[in-house]
Amino acid sequence: MLNKYPLWKYLLVLFVLALGFFYAAPNLYKPDPALQITGESSAQIIDEATLTRAHKALEEAGIDYFGETIDPDGRNALIRLRDQEEQLQAQARVSRVLGDGFIVALNLAPTTPSWLSDFGAQPVKLGLDLRGGVHFKLEVDVDAAIERRMEYYLNATKRALREARIRGYVDIDGDNRLETKFRSEDLREQARAIIAENHPELVLDRVDEEGSWNLYAVMTEATRDELADYAVTQNLTTLRNRVNELGVSEPLVQRQGKNRIVVELAGIQDTAEAKRILGKVANLEFRMVARLEAAPSEKQRFEYRSADRAGMSEWLEREVILTGERVTNAQASFDQNGRPNVQISLDSEGGLLMNRATRDNIKRRMGVLFIERKYRTTYERDENGEEVAVKIPYDEKKLLTAPVIQSALGAQFQITGLDSPLEASELALMLRAGALAAPISFVEERTVGPSLGAENIRLGVKSVQMGLALVVLFMVLYYRVFGVAAVIALSCNLVLMIAFMSIIGATLTLPGIAGIVLTVGMAVDANVLIFSRIREELKNGLSPQMAIHSGFERAVATILDANITTLIVAVILYAVGTGPIKGFAVTLSVGIVTSMFTAIMGTRALVNLIYGGRRVEKLSIGGGV
Amino acid sequence: MKVINFMGQRKLALAFSLILLTIAAVSLATRQLNWGLDFTGGTLVEVNYSETADLNGIRETLETEGYAGAIVVSFGTDRDVLIRLPQGYSDSQGAELLTRLQNAYDGTVELRRIEFVGPQVGDELREQGGLAMLLALGLVMLYIAFRFQLKFAVGAVVALIHDVIVVLGFFSVTGMEFDLTVLAALLAVIGYSLNDTIVVSDRIRENFRKIRKADPVEVINISLTETLGRTLVTSLTTMLVLMALALFGGEMINAFAVALLVGVFIGTYSSIYVAANALLMMGVSKEDLMIPVREGAEQEDLMP
Repeated sequence: MLNKYPLWKYLLVLFVLALGFFYAAPNLYKPDPALQITGESSAQIIDEATLTRAHKALEEAGIDYFGETIDPDGRNALIRLRDQEEQLQAQARVSRVLGDGFIVALNLAPTTPSWLSDFGAQPVKLGLDLRGGVHFKLEVDVDAAIERRMEYYLNATKRALREARIRGYVDIDGDNRLETKFRSEDLREQARAIIAENHPELVLDRVDEEGSWNLYAVMTEATRDELADYAVTQNLTTLRNRVNELGVSEPLVQRQGKNRIVVELAGIQDTAEAKRILGKVANLEFRMVARLEAAPSEKQRFEYRSADRAGMSEWLEREVILTGERVTNAQASFDQNGRPNVQISLDSEGGLLMNRATRDNIKRRMGVLFIERKYRTTYERDENGEEVAVKIPYDEKKLLTAPVIQSALGAQFQITGLDSPLEASELALMLRAGALAAPISFVEERTVGPSLGAENIRLGVKSVQMGLALVVLFMVLYYRVFGVAAVIALSCNLVLMIAFMSIIGATLTLPGIAGIVLTVGMAVDANVLIFSRIREELKNGLSPQMAIHSGFERAVATILDANITTLIVAVILYAVGTGPIKGFAVTLSVGIVTSMFTAIMGTRALVNLIYGGRRVEKLSIGGGV
Repeated sequence: MKVINFMGQRKLALAFSLILLTIAAVSLATRQLNWGLDFTGGTLVEVNYSETADLNGIRETLETEGYAGAIVVSFGTDRDVLIRLPQGYSDSQGAELLTRLQNAYDGTVELRRIEFVGPQVGDELREQGGLAMLLALGLVMLYIAFRFQLKFAVGAVVALIHDVIVVLGFFSVTGMEFDLTVLAALLAVIGYSLNDTIVVSDRIRENFRKIRKADPVEVINISLTETLGRTLVTSLTTMLVLMALALFGGEMINAFAVALLVGVFIGTYSSIYVAANALLMMGVSKEDLMIPVREGAEQEDLMP
């Protein structure tokens, strides 16, 4: 029978739609404004007592709250608020009461019911332009890392030549090359052999001048790339670590391109604070634990950083063996007995310094200090009598660990005797965080206030509604019953788009909404193509059933061609574009895919249900046919 | 159906297109584009005053505070103000400026957004945008050459370049700000205009094979007439939603909507007059579209 779908096709359409409605459903539940409380260090446990203090602060301010929860591991607590307007005030109150040890961040807590979230259904993520927040783009100064490495080659070569008693001139020239000059060819060849052995990654080039035998050394392209890559990765890790300190929900720290890092923090308004934390310089110092008999002027006392050893301290010598710049890597690992340890790598300069310091000090202990720029918050009254928070910076130096030196150490060594793999990984993380590989600078910053975000959502929704209304009106007037079928398919397409975006975890932005609006206009194109064909076929004298059949059949190829080319453009947009362009490309491509399904299969199913399998004298498709 | 003699006007259309392109090219060469912050770099601050903002007062405040070259305009409503600082201010100036504005004003000044774009980013974006556009055109040409035929691919790409230049020209002549969203819109125009061109090309190909005795001009006229209804309806629905977007979508998306509106309009025209015209100029004929007979396939055997 003509124009009847087999049962499975109807079921397929129904199934896809049901799935779409199910996964789009979480977007109907409005999220609660909330406060998220985390400890400044992972050792800080949040318990009932902490919550009670927070509650008290909120009650005193007359702020309504409910549904508070603490994560089972005690790292995170969430307090939901009734009123979005009170969120900022609530944050100020609670962070004041809890003090500097805790981070209180603004959050939006999803209210997805469990029957939806149990199946992984989540509301679609909103971009910063819709929910408010800060977007930073940072650039890693790769050249500085390379310069530093050249500096190291310079020092290492000078020392090596001195030790081998080879006299010559050694410096870095204007082209960032290691330049060495010798009095004779013989001296140069000796130096060349030493440099080549110590640093096989350098490319050496002989140049003869009048009375001077020169040798130039540059890094190979591969070494440079490796170094640059390492600098960026290192910064990425450090930034991730610091972003956690801001306590933002779902922060994004992502590498972009060769030397850029994008950081997105939702709900943050105080960009100065965020930049202070992101840009802060942490460092490490390795020092010997002072001997008992050491004079007070030669030693300093430091407390341990970890909470397990809170209150414990050690006396360290004032002299610094080496600092964080020399640390190239630190990795948590296990020894052959399965006990956790941390493997530390130093650059070769650091290795030498370490060797010199440790070879005569076996069985003594060496302390590792973590230095952090911190801010103490005090509250003062300004000239208007209003209370303002004042942040006073200070360097906090705390002891990470003080292990016993078992043998002379070099560029590679390990710290053992750690209690747990967690302790090992934290120590490794701190060591890496202290060794920032290359300086970073802010090259782009975008802040969207919460009111603009809310307004963008409102405007976006309004334009979708208005656009949809106009298209619906037009389609129904122009194509009658067929228009109704197309409009139903179009509405289903919107639901499918939202569902699809929710499932793949795509982020909806303002340009993304524009993409949705555009899709509403363009998605009916497939229907328009089909319906024009049907009208044509009717004019050519085909029976209604035949016209429907061949109209759909013949339009499909055109629709495919047209949509695939548009999809090509959308994919390129996504691949090449950044920020707003990407958001637009995502909804555009999703829209193209879902609209092909709804416009071809969905409309066909509806038309078949209405007209299929029976005698039809006339089709209600407008256009005087 | 009465066949409309589209191609009868092809010389007129060609002249029209050439005039448009010339205006666009001259304007792009002399006035260039009003590049947005994304491309030029600099700082942009949007604030909301609790009452009607006094733009001159704000300008004075900024001047005394030492922000040379700041541009102050109202944005959307008379309480929303947009301040743009040229390249050269540090990345923390945005937040500082906000504090100074608040200090100079009795009511509240609410932050809407701050954007800071460093000088490195802008050039890269322009490069990237151009690259994206070329890549899009190239791949599209490949696809059409593969699915249709080379002449169609050239025709489509000529139409696309035409549309892009005209939209760029529009932004240059009107002096509207060309930001990242407009670039996205431009690429979307490529997608849209292509869509149109392909539907028309598809019909031209079909009719070349179907109508045995007709010259290319006739075939193209018939094809354009047949697809005219669809072309107009789709353009209409798209322009309807874009109108909604331009009117209700807010300031941040306005330039995007306008770019697409102009693009869709010109894209509709170009799929009729530019793509088809280019086909005729290249001397498209039935032979270009004959399905090659596969050797060995579909040969009937005669058995004794």
